[in-house]
Amino acid sequence: MIDKTTWTLQSAVTDIPDGASVMVGGFGTAGMPDELIDALIAHGARELTIINNNAGNGDTGLAALIASKRVRKVVCSFPRQTDSWHFDAAYKAGEIELELVPQGNLAARIHAAGSGLGAIFTPTGYGTELAAGKETREIDGRHYVLEYPLHADFALIKADRGDRWGNLVYRKTARNFGPLMAMAAKCTIAQVSEVVALGELDPEAVVTPGIFVHRVVAAGGKS
Amino acid sequence: MSRLNREQMAARVARDIPEGTYVNLGIGLPTQVANYLPADKEIFLQSENGLLGMGPAPAPGEEDPDLINAGKQPVTLLTGGCYFHHADSFSMMRGGHLDICVLGAFQVSQHGDLANWSTGAPGAIPAVGGAMDLAIGAKQVFVLMELQTRKGESKLVAECSYPLTGLRCVSRIYTDVGVFALGPEGARVIELVDGVNLDEVRQLTGLPLEMIE
Repeated sequence: MIDKTTWTLQSAVTDIPDGASVMVGGFGTAGMPDELIDALIAHGARELTIINNNAGNGDTGLAALIASKRVRKVVCSFPRQTDSWHFDAAYKAGEIELELVPQGNLAARIHAAGSGLGAIFTPTGYGTELAAGKETREIDGRHYVLEYPLHADFALIKADRGDRWGNLVYRKTARNFGPLMAMAAKCTIAQVSEVVALGELDPEAVVTPGIFVHRVVAAGGKS
Repeated sequence: MSRLNREQMAARVARDIPEGTYVNLGIGLPTQVANYLPADKEIFLQSENGLLGMGPAPAPGEEDPDLINAGKQPVTLLTGGCYFHHADSFSMMRGGHLDICVLGAFQVSQHGDLANWSTGAPGAIPAVGGAMDLAIGAKQVFVLMELQTRKGESKLVAECSYPLTGLRCVSRIYTDVGVFALGPEGARVIELVDGVNLDEVRQLTGLPLEMIE
């Protein structure tokens, strides 16, 4: 019998090594897998490359990981916010590297990695600083920038409900990057508010099919 | 010279958004356009973080941390609205499915180049979010901004000096002194606020503006 729900928060992250690339779901705090990140902090992996839309909000989740000085590089679209003080301090101290990616390109590059594409041509960013030095092509009169897929060793995501085969459904706008990151990482770890029996999720409404998910952890709480 | 206040500017854009359109409102003043959309018309608001059919802010105590807008403020979902992931959300932009997006700007060139993500200030932490995707994706990009900076410099310019968000992407700007159409032939005036005359605006912008007949 296959059961992907036998993991605990601690056991699920214990093989994340120093220097790993880790996708972290969430848009701001919606969909941020706080409990998995707390487990990652306790585990102690260092020199991480983190891929997320932002660079931490307040003092929890990704912000706490950055505050604990475990992050070498952040790949994101919108680091600077009113409550991104931990990232701001680390960035200004030169302790953290930033790769800024337009949000749609971030999603598309993650999607491309999960889809097995070698690269994509995107119109977003053409002619701007963020496309400087990149290959471009004109296709049917429109200009595109060549962007490469964004892979990761691990993805930490948050879903609402999951079953032992790893099928997931999300809650409201906490879905955001979760389904894409699940596809793009070698090992996807999902924390869910509830583990349900096989068959309880409507097969017509499963958002992330279990093939993309390796470990499911019941974390309790709201989504 | 009489000028519209920010509420009046937001209300002016709202008048030009027809029923049935799919619309994304950017962070800041553009978000306030939603307050002036007529209640008797169905207009679909999209939010980059994965919702279509976005409703107003919830009543106090009804906030849901899993239901937010692009500015990370709590919102609601209208009956018939739906959620989706980020690849679908940005396909709606890049794929040309959005009819209108309304954005703020630091500068807009007479030909429709947009600068709204960075002033290029040394040492500042850069952030771009979905601005570049919206700029080149929506069928029509409207910019909502005061015509001048607080220092009195025109934000409608011959060529942008700030880093660009997108090239030749803005079709119209709604300002506190009037509405302008932008394009290959340069900026033209669609309407001026009562009490504003064309010569004053030519002087403020330094551009050879003409009224659209």
